[in-house]
Amino acid sequence: MPVEEALLPKDLAAAEGMVNVQINGVWHRFPKGTRLIEAIGKSGDEVPHYCYHPKLSSPGNCRMCMVEIGMPARLAPGAEPTYDDEGYLPIQWMPRPAISCATMVSENLGVRTKSTLVEEARHGVMEFLLANHPLDCPICDQAGECRLQEFAVGHGRGGSRFVEQKTKKPKNVDIGPRIRLDDERCIMCSRCIRFMDEVAMDPVLGFSERGGYTTLGVHPGRKLDHNYGLNTVDICPVGALTCNDFRFQMRVWFLKETPSIDTNCGTGINTVIWTRNDQVYRITPRENNDVNSCWMPDSHRLNFHYLHGQHRLTSSLVRDGDHHRSAPSHNAAGKVASALKSAPKGTAALVVSSRLTNEEMFLAKRLAEKCGISAIATVPREGEADDYLVAADRNPNTQGFLRIFGDQDRAATLQSLRDDVRSGKIRTLLTLQEDLLAPEAGFTQDDLEKLDFLASLHLLDNGTAAAADVVLAGSGFPENRGSMINVTGRLQRLNRAINPPGEALTNWEWLATLLRETGADVFDGEAAAFKALAASDELWQDLTLARIPDNGIQLYETGIKIPLVERERERIARGEING
Amino acid sequence: MDLFTFLSSSVMVLVVFTIVLTLVPISVYLERRVSAVIQDRLGPNRVGLPLTLFGAKKDFHLFGLFQPAADGIKLFLKEDHTPAHVNKFYFILAPALVMVPALLSAAVIPFGSTMDMPFFEGRQVQLAVANVDIGPLLIFAIASLTVYGIVIAGWASNSRYPFLGGVRSSAQMISYEICLGLSIIPVLLYFGDLNLGRIADQQSRDGWLLLPIAFGGDGPVVDWRTLLLLPTLLIAFIIFTVSLFAETNRAPFDLPECETELVSGYHTEYSSMKFALFFMGEYAAMVVGSALIVTLFFGGWALPFGLDNLIRDPATGAFPWWASLMHMGVFLTKVIGFIVFFIWVRWTVPRFRYDQLMKLGWVVFFELALANILLAAILIAIFG
Amino acid sequence: MAYIKIKRPRLGLFEKLYLPALIKGLRITLGHAISTLRGKKRETMQYPEEKWDDNMPEHYRGAPALVTDEQGRERCVACQLCEFICPPRAITILPEEIPTEDKWAKVEKRPRKFEIDMIRCIYCGLCEEVCPEQAIFLRKDYAITGLTREDMVHDKEKLYEIGGVRTGLVNKWNELK
Repeated sequence: MPVEEALLPKDLAAAEGMVNVQINGVWHRFPKGTRLIEAIGKSGDEVPHYCYHPKLSSPGNCRMCMVEIGMPARLAPGAEPTYDDEGYLPIQWMPRPAISCATMVSENLGVRTKSTLVEEARHGVMEFLLANHPLDCPICDQAGECRLQEFAVGHGRGGSRFVEQKTKKPKNVDIGPRIRLDDERCIMCSRCIRFMDEVAMDPVLGFSERGGYTTLGVHPGRKLDHNYGLNTVDICPVGALTCNDFRFQMRVWFLKETPSIDTNCGTGINTVIWTRNDQVYRITPRENNDVNSCWMPDSHRLNFHYLHGQHRLTSSLVRDGDHHRSAPSHNAAGKVASALKSAPKGTAALVVSSRLTNEEMFLAKRLAEKCGISAIATVPREGEADDYLVAADRNPNTQGFLRIFGDQDRAATLQSLRDDVRSGKIRTLLTLQEDLLAPEAGFTQDDLEKLDFLASLHLLDNGTAAAADVVLAGSGFPENRGSMINVTGRLQRLNRAINPPGEALTNWEWLATLLRETGADVFDGEAAAFKALAASDELWQDLTLARIPDNGIQLYETGIKIPLVERERERIARGEING
Repeated sequence: MDLFTFLSSSVMVLVVFTIVLTLVPISVYLERRVSAVIQDRLGPNRVGLPLTLFGAKKDFHLFGLFQPAADGIKLFLKEDHTPAHVNKFYFILAPALVMVPALLSAAVIPFGSTMDMPFFEGRQVQLAVANVDIGPLLIFAIASLTVYGIVIAGWASNSRYPFLGGVRSSAQMISYEICLGLSIIPVLLYFGDLNLGRIADQQSRDGWLLLPIAFGGDGPVVDWRTLLLLPTLLIAFIIFTVSLFAETNRAPFDLPECETELVSGYHTEYSSMKFALFFMGEYAAMVVGSALIVTLFFGGWALPFGLDNLIRDPATGAFPWWASLMHMGVFLTKVIGFIVFFIWVRWTVPRFRYDQLMKLGWVVFFELALANILLAAILIAIFG
Repeated sequence: MAYIKIKRPRLGLFEKLYLPALIKGLRITLGHAISTLRGKKRETMQYPEEKWDDNMPEHYRGAPALVTDEQGRERCVACQLCEFICPPRAITILPEEIPTEDKWAKVEKRPRKFEIDMIRCIYCGLCEEVCPEQAIFLRKDYAITGLTREDMVHDKEKLYEIGGVRTGLVNKWNELK
């Protein structure tokens, strides 16, 4: 074959910065600098691994990802390379397997992931890992999502030849306020150590002792109390690190996973909500390389217990003298709607929380238009941005508010609303998911008493609810479906994971009921509202609620960057990680 | 009607009512106990006097004789549910239409002999509510009304299984009424009378119809003419009994309510006392049917072998009061014996197929009964 | 359509009469009735007084119950596998952590609430089969009654009462652990 004339595959690949790799007999093409484990993953095959994590460096210490590799033979001086029919060099297989996580792809590399050698290597590694692993599965929280369990089934020998005593190590160690450590279960993958070092930049974890006695521990005098510490629990492949909050609450195989987003700040961290029987058990981050990588701050992930707390409203309330009595939803909604409608022009106002979804805001806007309300304010919530994921804007949907209600100085609008209430100009007020007595809203008890009619749609029994004439029992973030725009201008979707408790309705249902009570047409669900909303904004033209990808879609750029994601991009660019 | 007749009739109405309504739970009890022993079981043997409730150490079980009472109380206390989809008026009417004819037809059955009243000198009372001259005809006429109850129940329930049950029942009862009526004509020819009281009386003199041996009577011990007729009478007896099984919807002809196909037939939608009325109606029909068989073929209240001739007042033909009471006992014993026979058959013979049932009625019994009448008529005409 | 022609036996005149067969049948049932009445044959057991318990086979599957071992430790560690496997979803478990001052604190986990709804239970025995701790067994109790639905829910206390102590089980939470 006249190879001189035609370009060889290696030259074609090299022109694009790629290399050719043969995986299980099939040739693939990958960019230079790709780790072999990622390359195999992209080819559709899976390599079992513990220590490797795409967002972290590769120390190669678990030895689970071993594969058989081969390279073209090094030519003797003067010898001509012999290409086969497809233009590749013959591969000479190495007698020992190599770890795929620390091997970079190279030209004409051959990989076998299913050979006898590989199977035996995995058997051996599994046997060593299990030699000292306790039989804790019945009490271990990781059971059901444990890599050790999975690979023991998939690649293990099925029985133990080990007759000696297992090594005893510290169990149930308190290493931080939110995390418990069980050293016997640890398989020394060092993922947590690397995460604290490389991502959280607070290297408090490390190994001590050696050999079979290697022990994970925190630096003396320190605790694992970093706000991103619980991510180590997520990446721990076994049950060595467990979350105090979720510990012994529920087995993971009972939990339903709903992809959603976090609403504690403007970043809109992508999450998975784990629920069973209308109860949220835990929230974990979901990979989205444009928003939160694989991580999530502890403060956000643990902020869901108020949903099932004692302050949760389970039915609507109507003021009866000096106390409230519970009322059927349609009665309460009817009261609010008639108060809003009958209020003289200019005396009614609406406080729309920037924690509402776009669809809810859109309905609120419709409601305001229908009732002739022009005074609409939102409560800005500014905080400190940390250097990782948490944005300074603590409202999840400020961008959505500005998009729907028009660009404005939110603080000034709120200030003028406060002044109007104090001066007695505003007599009727409906607040949507905002506690007016909270410091960021700035109203006082006296202000609220000046009002003729105050209605509060909120999920909790707060100060505003106590002062309100009608309290509508609303919903929290896992109960809502809709879309939000994060601080960077990314449109993301919330999904409904659970139903509101008791007679509480979702915010959407309340707004739709109010709108219907005022005599307006109501959309047939959130998706229809999104459609109407999209029709009014050229940016969203072709979108529907269901068509928003799980990872969101960038609508526009606000110029705000997320530091952790930026750092990760730099590390990828430097070749430290594959990402 | 003088006061005496009025009073004696009233008492007899009460007595008949009580007898029939007592025999119903007794036959239910017998049904369960007999079926149990046939199947090597024990049956209900617990419900007796709950003496432990009143502080005694042991309950008195009484062989479970109180089981029907407990069942009755249970049925009374059950929710009387009327489904929303039924025709209410007919739905409520139907159970009564089943129960009433069964009780009515008991009126003409002579349950005892003619009695010399003890405290009213010279007065005699025939122990039957209505001593009419058309006894069997009246019974057939009234009993055939039962089918209306069943058909109405099936139709008013507005449900498939009851409807099918009702249709089956009406077809079955109409078919077998013919055989029922035709089969006893030889008997009536033999007696030459339609008055059930006199029929029973004649059997007390000449011996039972199917046991024509009589001592101490006017005629010979065994009348050869009766012996000549005996085969036809036997055929009449078999056809009549089998038809009665079909007429009362008893196994092996309980197709209108066969559980395996129709849930429970026409009373599927009924509960509580409405259901109990159907249940009691069926058993009352069985009781009355047994009484009729006993009266026609087994001498009614009469002792066998003409033994009554020894204690009869030769002048009036009446009996002293103790003898009449004894005759009532004899009658009841025979009836209960027949009820046990009914039950025995039910737990022996499997249910017929519907086509077999119809074939048996129309092809076998109908022709056989007609031929039997002809034969009996010829024999009677020749040997008079 | 394919059909099978059933060959029916040809009946003779005597058989067609039906009556002889009927009498034969009546004789059989009468025989049974008489032998029962004479007390020769009886299939019924007088239940509350007479019981079959002694004849119950080893593998009889009655009410599921939790057991404690020789050391008085409740064997259940609330792994919830039985709750998972239970086909009619009769089992409800709420786990809790064993407090550190407890003698068995090293086991770490135990059920706070363990309820089996005996109205739902189908006595399949899958819970016993799946239990990794040999903590739940099907006992020979079969007379499980109650006047209310609540009565029929066996709570942890009741389950340990039925289960009692079971000896000779694998004891993995030993002093070496």
